[in-house]
Amino acid sequence: MSAQEQLGVKAQTVETSVDRGSGNLKWRHFKGKILTVLGWFSIIFGLGMLLVLILDVVNKATGIFSGGTNWLTWEFFNNFDSRFPARAGAKAAIYGTLYTITLTIFFAFPLGVAAAIYLEEYAKDNWFTRLVEINISNLAAVPSIIYGLLGLQVFVRWFAFGRSILAGALTLALLVVPIIIVASRESIRAVPSSLRQASYALGATRWQTVWHVVLPQSIGGILTGSILAVSRAIGETAPLITIGALTFVPFLPRNLFDVFTVLPIQIFNWTSRPNDDFRALAAAGILVLLAILLTINALAIYLRNRYQKRY
Amino acid sequence: MTIIHEMDRSNPNAIEARNMSVYYGSFRAVKNVNLAIEKNRITALIGPSGCGKSTVLRSFNRMNDLVASARVEGEILFHGENIYAPGVDPVNVRRRIGMVFQKPNPFPKSIYENVAYGPRINGWKLSKSQMDELVERSLRGAALWDEVKDKLNQNGLSLSGGQQQRLCIARALAVEPEVILMDEPCSALDPISTLKIEELMFELRQNYTIIIVTHNMQQASRASDYTAFFLMDSDRAGQLIEYGPTSQIFQNPKDERTEQYISGRFG
Repeated sequence: MSAQEQLGVKAQTVETSVDRGSGNLKWRHFKGKILTVLGWFSIIFGLGMLLVLILDVVNKATGIFSGGTNWLTWEFFNNFDSRFPARAGAKAAIYGTLYTITLTIFFAFPLGVAAAIYLEEYAKDNWFTRLVEINISNLAAVPSIIYGLLGLQVFVRWFAFGRSILAGALTLALLVVPIIIVASRESIRAVPSSLRQASYALGATRWQTVWHVVLPQSIGGILTGSILAVSRAIGETAPLITIGALTFVPFLPRNLFDVFTVLPIQIFNWTSRPNDDFRALAAAGILVLLAILLTINALAIYLRNRYQKRY
Repeated sequence: MTIIHEMDRSNPNAIEARNMSVYYGSFRAVKNVNLAIEKNRITALIGPSGCGKSTVLRSFNRMNDLVASARVEGEILFHGENIYAPGVDPVNVRRRIGMVFQKPNPFPKSIYENVAYGPRINGWKLSKSQMDELVERSLRGAALWDEVKDKLNQNGLSLSGGQQQRLCIARALAVEPEVILMDEPCSALDPISTLKIEELMFELRQNYTIIIVTHNMQQASRASDYTAFFLMDSDRAGQLIEYGPTSQIFQNPKDERTEQYISGRFG
């Protein structure tokens, strides 16, 4: 009696020595194929929808397929917003986005990485540290409009920064710091402890070990995580509207305390105007925003590959 | 300083543990160890898994400080000074008592930078040529120079396992320690690389004191001058059972448990 019969499995009609012990093989292979087909379908559906959306936006903005007006012109980049679609551009919003995001990185990156280093390399494991850790994870999931309310009270009112670029950047920094901390900690934790021990055993201090061993090993992951966090901030509208970023700004910000607007707000503003041409302008704005985001993500991928190759 | 040195010459011991116990939290991992390690000798710490021999080794250069819950009682004397006394900086202790780990752990830097790391972080002001010299001396000391002299800029991780371990030894030598602790340095290596490390230990003995933890009984018997046998007591704390010249421990052990362990009846 074969092992299969003993186990109550129906023996296959032709059983070679290779087949022994493999019941239902055809059915198992078939199940695998079903999953493959389902997987393909999901990918095509997802990517297809995205492609349709992008093509629609491109068409709206440039009229490339339907033969309409091209709105993505030099004037679009070089003009301020206007009541007349033909004269309206996104100059203030593009500059506002770039200024805000640069400032956000300036505040959030050092703060987030330093906090991550402290939590991973210095903090003792006690109830206070654990409380901080839990709250950071929770903060990363708080809706962005809450940060907007916080920024409104703290930066706009208490610090009296007004509805300025500075207040906007600080609010966005609050939003991304938890994400940067979580990503950086992940990356720092991935550094093998054997390397830390090697450094300590040679007479290195804690800081020397962090600076010369831990950071060079984890900087790729830290940068990638931080850039992705920042690219989330670029697309944020709600917190900036909450703190009172303007929707109509016909000039460039002169200093950190000037009022400002950013691309998502500009796009939001244009889509809500009755004139259909503004919707085409909004499409052009979306393309610019997408281009900025993709550039930043490409930078993240480049940095990751670069630092991975080094080790 | 000179007084300490004069005293040192008369002191045959590099490290002396007096009534040392090590705790992890409330758990006592090692109890009441008294052990005097002779200078310029190779001392092997042997015993079954969990007997605390690695813990003892890591207490000798305060590597246990990195474990938050670890605590040492008793004294460990180095140059007649208790390294656990208040005011002693573990960073200084580790510079003078180096360590080689179980798995080769070179930094993901060039071979040259691996060796130069220790002198740099210890703030030694060396010219380029002095550093070159120190790197070469350290690599020669670890019997690795001839194999790597043409590729000092290559990543340390590109070397074979045995070469990596010798690079780690060279890295430890570069900061000019007096004692080198080795935590099963050959357990991840093939027999030929193991033999090379053992030969190297005999050469290093002229200038350094070596303490090695090993699971390999043959290694302890052929590559050490003294052997300390540890065993877990009924309360799960490791203790020193027998300590003496390696030949005596292996050929004429005084304690029955030592005899049983080295003859392979347990462990």
